[in-house]
Amino acid sequence: MKNPLYYKTKNIAVNTVIHIFLLTIAVSCVFPLLWMIGSSLKTQSTIFSDVSLIPRQMHWENYYIAWKEGGFGRYFLNSIFYTTAVVIGIIVVSSLAAYAFSRFNFRGKNLMFYSFMAAMMIPIPGSFVPLYVLLNKLHLRNTQLGYILCMINVGLSTSIFLFKTFFDKMPRELEDAARIDGCTKFGIWWNVALPLAKPVLAVVVVFNALNVWNEYLLALLIFDSRSLMPLQVALMTFQGEYITRYHLLMAGLTITAIPIIIVYCLMQKYIVKGVTQGAIVG
Amino acid sequence: MKIKLKSALENYLFVLPAFVIFSIFYIYPFSQVFFLGLYEWDGILPTKTFVGLSNFKDIFFSDPIWWKSMLQAGWITIIALIFQNVLAFLLAWACDREIKLKNWYRLIFFLPPILSEVVVGLVWQWILEGNYGLLNSWLNNLGLAHLTRNWLNDPKTALNCVAIVHCWKGFGWGFLIFLAGLQTIPRELYEAARVDGASSWTAFRKITLPLMVPVAILVAILTILGTMQAFVLIIAMTGGGPAYHTQVPVLRILASMRDSGRFGYACAQGIVFGIILVAVSFIQYRFSKRSQARGA
Repeated sequence: MKNPLYYKTKNIAVNTVIHIFLLTIAVSCVFPLLWMIGSSLKTQSTIFSDVSLIPRQMHWENYYIAWKEGGFGRYFLNSIFYTTAVVIGIIVVSSLAAYAFSRFNFRGKNLMFYSFMAAMMIPIPGSFVPLYVLLNKLHLRNTQLGYILCMINVGLSTSIFLFKTFFDKMPRELEDAARIDGCTKFGIWWNVALPLAKPVLAVVVVFNALNVWNEYLLALLIFDSRSLMPLQVALMTFQGEYITRYHLLMAGLTITAIPIIIVYCLMQKYIVKGVTQGAIVG
Repeated sequence: MKIKLKSALENYLFVLPAFVIFSIFYIYPFSQVFFLGLYEWDGILPTKTFVGLSNFKDIFFSDPIWWKSMLQAGWITIIALIFQNVLAFLLAWACDREIKLKNWYRLIFFLPPILSEVVVGLVWQWILEGNYGLLNSWLNNLGLAHLTRNWLNDPKTALNCVAIVHCWKGFGWGFLIFLAGLQTIPRELYEAARVDGASSWTAFRKITLPLMVPVAILVAILTILGTMQAFVLIIAMTGGGPAYHTQVPVLRILASMRDSGRFGYACAQGIVFGIILVAVSFIQYRFSKRSQARGA
């Protein structure tokens, strides 16, 4: 037997190595974001010469310029609007369907449910081409409604799956009681089932909100008008036009990233839950 | 009778909105891909020209850039499979113990995945920028000026830079899934092993690794499907350049549609790519079945 001191030193050594490893990676995760914020506070001239993380003079007015002249204020509000509208739409549409899949029996139920599930797994990389054509035909291209409907569709399958798994496990007594009291099916869904589904509701909201806020491809294809663009597309447009105005671009990036980071820090629990559950589906 | 019918109709009303949206925005485009793939069409003219399988013939025999883009996506995927997933596993393993700051690490490692590819791509593009980028100025300060280069404009480095940033953005996913997997391993197993005199390395090899095989396969499938189809990050970092050196299949499909105005050809490319993806994940799935059967 080796003496206890040996084990103690070995333990400390192992722990130190692990901490150094974890810390290095953690720093590499955070550093680019700090560099982004730091760069957003420099000026057109200092940004190319000053390599300090925290600039000597903080130019907060960059944010004002980006918000007003860069138009990021407008794009920010667009993103907020699309995210809210899509998330509300997804909650209503997917929880209705999931409730029916979980509680009712009707012809074609399984076929419908499995086609939603299959959509989650089969990749169709080219489907944005006919989608673009379709939106043109329906005069939904370059409209807010067109984008919102497309994005509701994107989040539908996963949300139906999450809601249905939850409803399947939820005890039915309360719903039975409501039915005896003369509540309609829609009444039970709205007054009983949805309020009980709060935990899964949070996961659905957070996940879809992140997804819509970060979406790029459909927004790129759908919007021509600048006034309708969400942040992601606007950032690329801005970068293409003002290739050297890095400080304003970095301010725009910060404006885009900060809300997501705040939501993430507040709702981390639900995101972790969603990732692990979502992984099991895939 | 009437009540029964009303009740059945009500059931359909619940699924109606979801089904209508799904049919219009998913099923219809999905079926149209296969239809349009047989036509030559610029997306504007009312007439489409039926060309049979000639789009597919073009893809296979006269589109070297398409296959180059496929290889490049494959290369990024291989780097992600090895580098990103090994890193994710090691971090999860390090965090799956009583360690200080554990929750902070978990919070930070999932920060890159929640950011958009546009934000990540543009920030890294600024760090790797050739003239004033941070990386080059660090290299200069360290006296390594000979290593500086225009990272994203140099055909030798552009693809690898994109791959590394992709791993940076993506390892948090694998980390969370591995961590969830590790936490399902009962602690008693480790204790029993220790009582039997097994070293922690033996316990890791004989308990942790075998039990994590199904999780690893799941992560691998997600990595392959996700990485092969990644393209927004590349738009933000290089736009597919220099000279096609960071092109990937989805970018080619987008270019066929928007730049060349060949809608039918773009759909055919989508079909070819989709079939390859399904085949790859099917092989992986079979592979995982077999290894699970062997493990049991």
